Amino acid sequence: MARVVLSQADINRALTRISHEILEWNRGAGDLVILGVPTRGVFLAQRIAAIIQRIEPGAPASLVGALDATMYRDDLGRNVTRTPQPTQIPAGGVDGKTVVLVDDVLYSGRTIRAALDALSDIGRPRVVRLAVLVDRGHRELPIRADFVGKNLPTSTDERINVRLSEVDEVEEVSIESRTMPEQPTAQPTEQPTEPGNGSDEPDGGTR
Amino acid sequence: MSNPSYLIVGATLVSGERTDLLVQDARLTPVAPNTSNSNTAGAIRIDAEGLVALPGLVDLHTHLREPGFEQSETVLTGSRAAAAGGFTSVFAMANTMPVSDTAGVVEQVMALGDDAGFATVRPIGAVTVGLAGERLSEIGAMAHSRAQVRVFSDDGKCIHDSLLMRRALEYVKTFDGVVAQHAQDPRLTENAQMNEGALSSELGLKGWPAVAEESIIARDVLLAEHVGARLHVCHVSTAGSVEVIRWAKSRGIVVTAEATPHHLLLTEDLVRSYDARYKVNPPLRRDEDVEALRAGLADGTIDIIATDHAPHPTESKESEWDAASFGMVGLESALSVAQTALVDTGLLQWADIARVLSQKPAEIGRLADHSHAFEPGAPANFTLYDPSSSSTFDLDRLAGKSTNSPYLGLTLPGRVQYTFHHGYPTVLGGTVVDSTTVAASAAAWKAGRTHG
Amino acid sequence: MRHLLSTKTLSQGEALQILDVAEDMAAVSTREVKKLPALRGKTVVNLFFEDSTRTRISFEAAAKRLSADVINFSAKGSSVSKGESLKDTAQTLAAMGADGVVIRHHASGAPHVLAESNWIDAPIVNAGDGTHEHPTQALLDAFTIRRRLFGDRSRGRDLDGVSVVIVGDVMHSRVARSNLWLLQTLGAHVTFVAPATLVPFGAETDWPVGISYDFDQTIRDTRPDVVMMLRIQSERMNAAFFPNAREYSREWGLDDARLASLRPDTIVMHPGPMNRGLEISAGAADSAQSTVLEQVTNGVSIRMAVLYLLMSGDREVQP
Repeated sequence: MARVVLSQADINRALTRISHEILEWNRGAGDLVILGVPTRGVFLAQRIAAIIQRIEPGAPASLVGALDATMYRDDLGRNVTRTPQPTQIPAGGVDGKTVVLVDDVLYSGRTIRAALDALSDIGRPRVVRLAVLVDRGHRELPIRADFVGKNLPTSTDERINVRLSEVDEVEEVSIESRTMPEQPTAQPTEQPTEPGNGSDEPDGGTR
Repeated sequence: MSNPSYLIVGATLVSGERTDLLVQDARLTPVAPNTSNSNTAGAIRIDAEGLVALPGLVDLHTHLREPGFEQSETVLTGSRAAAAGGFTSVFAMANTMPVSDTAGVVEQVMALGDDAGFATVRPIGAVTVGLAGERLSEIGAMAHSRAQVRVFSDDGKCIHDSLLMRRALEYVKTFDGVVAQHAQDPRLTENAQMNEGALSSELGLKGWPAVAEESIIARDVLLAEHVGARLHVCHVSTAGSVEVIRWAKSRGIVVTAEATPHHLLLTEDLVRSYDARYKVNPPLRRDEDVEALRAGLADGTIDIIATDHAPHPTESKESEWDAASFGMVGLESALSVAQTALVDTGLLQWADIARVLSQKPAEIGRLADHSHAFEPGAPANFTLYDPSSSSTFDLDRLAGKSTNSPYLGLTLPGRVQYTFHHGYPTVLGGTVVDSTTVAASAAAWKAGRTHG
Repeated sequence: MRHLLSTKTLSQGEALQILDVAEDMAAVSTREVKKLPALRGKTVVNLFFEDSTRTRISFEAAAKRLSADVINFSAKGSSVSKGESLKDTAQTLAAMGADGVVIRHHASGAPHVLAESNWIDAPIVNAGDGTHEHPTQALLDAFTIRRRLFGDRSRGRDLDGVSVVIVGDVMHSRVARSNLWLLQTLGAHVTFVAPATLVPFGAETDWPVGISYDFDQTIRDTRPDVVMMLRIQSERMNAAFFPNAREYSREWGLDDARLASLRPDTIVMHPGPMNRGLEISAGAADSAQSTVLEQVTNGVSIRMAVLYLLMSGDREVQP
């Protein structure tokens, strides 16, 4: 059974707030580059960039891009082959820029670790920040988000489903228990995280 | 000490008639069911309910590999494979090392066969010295040797020189022999790997055109007509070849022809796997060719089935296609393949199978003391075959030294349950009798023949 | 996809996946750090039973850009030419811990035999086998065509309706075969132009391809988007496939006059190495229409994509 925790309006409000926080922290849109982590992070990054360009008239036209971290993942050999997604860097590159990485859900932190590695092979930003729609906890690496839409304390048995109108039929964030509701105590709560050995799932909106 | 007597109970003859068979002193006598007399009383009873009694099968085209290639097969292991397939006589091809082109080699091969005792081994003599296609071998000496060679062949190589072929046909005629031609134009098949067609082009394997076989057969039947000699065509593989032979027979040319079991069942599509078990000379052809060969056997254009049993050690087949050897083993599977390709399809009756796998090949090879009818006093060479069963053709069905069978893993009908050679069993209850026992039985038979 | 043995058996989805991943790989090749960590700790063996420096270094560059270790096993002049079998070689590589094998062999089907055997349990990439196939060459050719036609909008696109003319020794060309199957899968129309002696037997009736003996006529009739010239080997002359180089060049070479008769945007391709002045004139080879060097560059991207897709995942995990 899935429980909706963020509606479409909630998501919009969260993104608007994150956009304002980014501008406030960066003191404007100067040297700003917003890079989404595929798949849904790219759409969130595009929305944040659009909001920034609306409220900050001096914002650069090419502000947003995509940063695929597939080939930097530490679990490539533990799963079936993953198809990489395109990386698109705005025309000005990332050297000396303020890069904000955007992802939908922050979980183990392994995707962001891979994204940081991927970013360093592309160039040397002045500073890198992280924005996420949902932080569900259970970090496995020393990584934290700078801008968070919503903190959602979860059990590792639960899934977070992020649905966005760009790719999904509905737009919402829901939380779902992986154990069957009829037998809630049938499985130990401390079972190893899976799939993907605790890493953030790169595809789909389910984590 | 003579071999024991056997009473085969309830066998079905190819006519459909049921009979018991008394096997005694290397001869057989049909007896009415439930006969009991002093002869039958001491005989070992064998229940042949549901088994078809076929005359001992005769293979006009076997490679026994000895002397010279004993890692692939020996006369003993090859004739054991023959027994497992229901054969009681095999004609051993001449491409041994040394080549069977002298009286000495052919007598040695025959003696090895006699000692092993699994089947009558009749050597085939090489037409040309060393199979080199240059000058005739001592055909007369081989014909007059103890081996009494009547079939001469350079099999594996085609006698492509037209004048040499003419001379061979004429000279062999002198000794009531026959030239068995491996029809393959060498220039058209240089480095050829599989049947030439869209598939060979797709797979990048050099094509083996049908015309390379058909043009040689056409030339040879005209030569045979011209000099009035017998010609036998080995392993006919194409529809066009069947046409040429049909035309030749309609002209009254004395030509006989054989088809192998594999060319009656398998097609070139198997080569898609690049599995070298399917690499054979002549190559597997198309569906249309398989159909034409079957029709040719049904209407008598093709006279016989011959196995072209060609054993090779594992390493000769475990390689890239180009490097692998040509050939497949076929003695053990021949009858099952014939059943599935010809009997179960309604093209041939069991009586026809007896004709194409026993009577005709014996005639072509001038096999002495061969009988295909179960008449009283006939030599007790026969096999009892269970056509009703069906099973996966596994390694345990192979009784020779090599395992390069294309049928492994396939489901095939039928199974040879008993084979009798000179009145003693070489296969009992589906199991090949051990070599020591068979050799002892053969020795006893030989002693009985000398003193009896 | 477990192995890459041919393009005949490649679905359109698989082909497009390779081409699209190659787009990402091409992007990496333009960066300052031209390296990805995807195959870190894995070993690629280049097993070459036939000389081909170009193909080998292309695979080597691809593997190294994915951070794999590369072992070059040149079987020519080694124990292999002294009778060591494919089986022994494969088992040796398996014992050394090869995670992927790139094989070039003079015998058609050798990669297939390796893949089907239980001698080695690693993905096999066919880098050209006899006169059978050369799948990565066809993939890089398709990639090159797609990029020339669609530029940055290439991703996800097939080659529907594209007209490709392949000229020369089609009979002995694994490049022509692999290109035919792949281009057909991607929706292109292919015409072979060759003397009848060099048309594969049965292609006219059984293959999805137009066959022509007349190069000029074909240029006039099809107004091709792509003309691909094949290398002609001098030994074909000795085997009487055609009388001599002069006659071949006159009838089937892409000379300056024929180049001028092409549409100005027709792409001229050659898998290399070229016989300038025989099947292609220097003018044609060096013209702006020629993609010869792009093909080399794209070859690395395609081979990166193939190695990545075959070797990065865990083959034990079922999807």
